[in-house]
Amino acid sequence: MAEELLTIDHLTKQYGENVILNDVSLTVHKGEVVVVVGSSGCGKSTLLRCINALESIQGGEICLQGEKIEQEGKNITALRQKIGMVFQCYELFPHLTVLNNILLAPVKVQKRREEEVKAEAFELLKRVGLEDKADSYPRQLSGGQKQRIAIVRALCMHPDILLFDEVTAALDPEMVREVLDVILELAEQGRTMIIVTHEMQFAKAVADRIIFIDDGKIIENSKPEQFFSHPETERAKQFLNMFEYKRK
Amino acid sequence: MEQYLPLYQKAAVLTIRLGILGIVFSILIGLICSFVLYYQIPIIKRIVAIYIEISRNTPLLVQLFFIYYGLPKIGIPTNAEICGIAGLSFLGGSYMTEAFRSGLEAVDKVQLESAESLGMNRFQTMRYVILPQAVSISIPAFMANVIFLLKETSVFSAISLMDLMFTAKDLIGLYYKTTESLFLLVVFYLIILLPISIIGSLLERRVRYAGFGD
Ligand SMILES: Nc1ncnc2c1ncn2[C@@H]1O[C@H](COP(=O)(O)OP(=O)(O)O)[C@@H](O)[C@H]1O
Ligand SMILES: [Mg+2]
Repeated sequence: MAEELLTIDHLTKQYGENVILNDVSLTVHKGEVVVVVGSSGCGKSTLLRCINALESIQGGEICLQGEKIEQEGKNITALRQKIGMVFQCYELFPHLTVLNNILLAPVKVQKRREEEVKAEAFELLKRVGLEDKADSYPRQLSGGQKQRIAIVRALCMHPDILLFDEVTAALDPEMVREVLDVILELAEQGRTMIIVTHEMQFAKAVADRIIFIDDGKIIENSKPEQFFSHPETERAKQFLNMFEYKRK
Repeated sequence: MEQYLPLYQKAAVLTIRLGILGIVFSILIGLICSFVLYYQIPIIKRIVAIYIEISRNTPLLVQLFFIYYGLPKIGIPTNAEICGIAGLSFLGGSYMTEAFRSGLEAVDKVQLESAESLGMNRFQTMRYVILPQAVSISIPAFMANVIFLLKETSVFSAISLMDLMFTAKDLIGLYYKTTESLFLLVVFYLIILLPISIIGSLLERRVRYAGFGD
C-alpha cells in the first residue's frame, strides 16, 4: 500500500456543547481519492475545514505526512500550502484578475518566480479550457468557470492533497459536468483528494473509497462498488434511496 | 471687491493647509483604530470605543476650546494652528475609523478563509486580500468625510485662526461689506470643495465598475 499521507485520529469537533464530529478516524493514502457522502448537516464541510485548520478541534489529532495540523501551530501556513481547498461558494478574489488570483499565493507566499508560475498557470488554464479568461475579473465569469479557476488556483500551489467541498452544489446543471470532468482528470493523474459531493454517479466513477458520515460519525468506509450496491447500514440504505426515482 | 481677493486667497491657503494636515492625521488615526476594532485587540478596543463616542458626540468647537484653552492650563504650550490641526484630527479620526472599519467588515468572511487556505499569514491576508477590497468599499464614506472635515474648518476662526470664515467676518465687521464678503466666502469654499466632490464621484464610479461586486 502507498504511503499514508493524511491521518485523522479520534477527531472530535464541538460547537459549544454541540458535538459535530464524534471520534472520527480516517487515513488517506498517497494517490487515493476518498469521497465523503452523507445527508446535509452531518458534518462533511466541518471535517474538511478541520483538515485545513479553519476550525479549532476539541479532541484527537490530524497529521499531514506526520506533521500535526494545529490552528495556532507555528507551521500552519506551511501546512496549508500543501492542502489545496476549493469551497462550495465561489471564493475567488473579486478585485484581482483570473491570472492574478492564481499568481498571488505562489508568488507572494511561496516566493516563486512570477515567470515560472505564469507559464504554469497558462498551462493549467489551457487544460481547463479557460486560457482566454486570464485577464477577466471573476464577476465576468459563470459559476462553472469560477470553480475551474478556483481549482487551477489550488493546483498552482503544488498541494499534496486536494479538498473539494460540494464544488458543484451551487451550479446550474449544465455547468456541473465541466467542473466534474476537471476533477476526474485530476484523479486520472493520481492526485490525492478528499471530495464531498452529492453527485452519486460522479462519486461512483471517481472514488477509490467512499466514506459515509451520519450525525458526525463515520459509519461506512468501503469500496464504491460495495457501498453503492450493498450498503451495510440502514442509514446508508435510506440515504442512497433518496437518489432513486421509482413510480409507486 | 478685488481688493479683498488677496486676503481670501491667503485665508484659503490656510484653510487648505490645516484641512489637509488634519485629514492626513485623521486617516492615520482612523487606520490604527479601525485595525484595533477589526482584530478586536483587548483593552485597547475599549479605549478606542470611548474615544469614538467622545469625538462623535461633541461639537468640534467644544473640542477646539478644550485644546486651545485647556492645554496651556495644564502646562502644555500650544498655538492656534497646532490646535486647529489637533482638533480636526481628533474629530476626523473617529469618522475615518468608522469608514475604514465598515469597509473591513464588509469583506466577506469566505475571502479571509480562502486566503488562509492558500497558506497566507495574517499580514499577507490583510495586505493582498482584505485591504484592497475594504479600501474600495470605504471610498464613498471616506470622500464624504474629507468634505465634512474641510467644511468643519470654518469653526477655526473661533480660536482666531485667519481662515476663510475669519476673513469674511473680519471684513464684515470692519467695512460692513456684508454681501461681497459672504459672496466671496461661498465662492472660495466652492472652489475648494467642488473639485474634491467631483474627484470623489469619479473614484466611486471607477471602483464600482472595476471588477467588483458580483
Ligand atoms: N459556526 C457554526 N456554529 C455552530 N454550529 C455550526 C457551525 N457551522 C456548522 N455548524 C453545525 O454543524 C453541523 C455540520 O455542519 P456541516 O459540516 O456544514 O454539514 P454538511 O457540510 O455535512 O452539510 C450542522 O448541524 C451545522 O448546523
Ligand atoms: Mg457542507
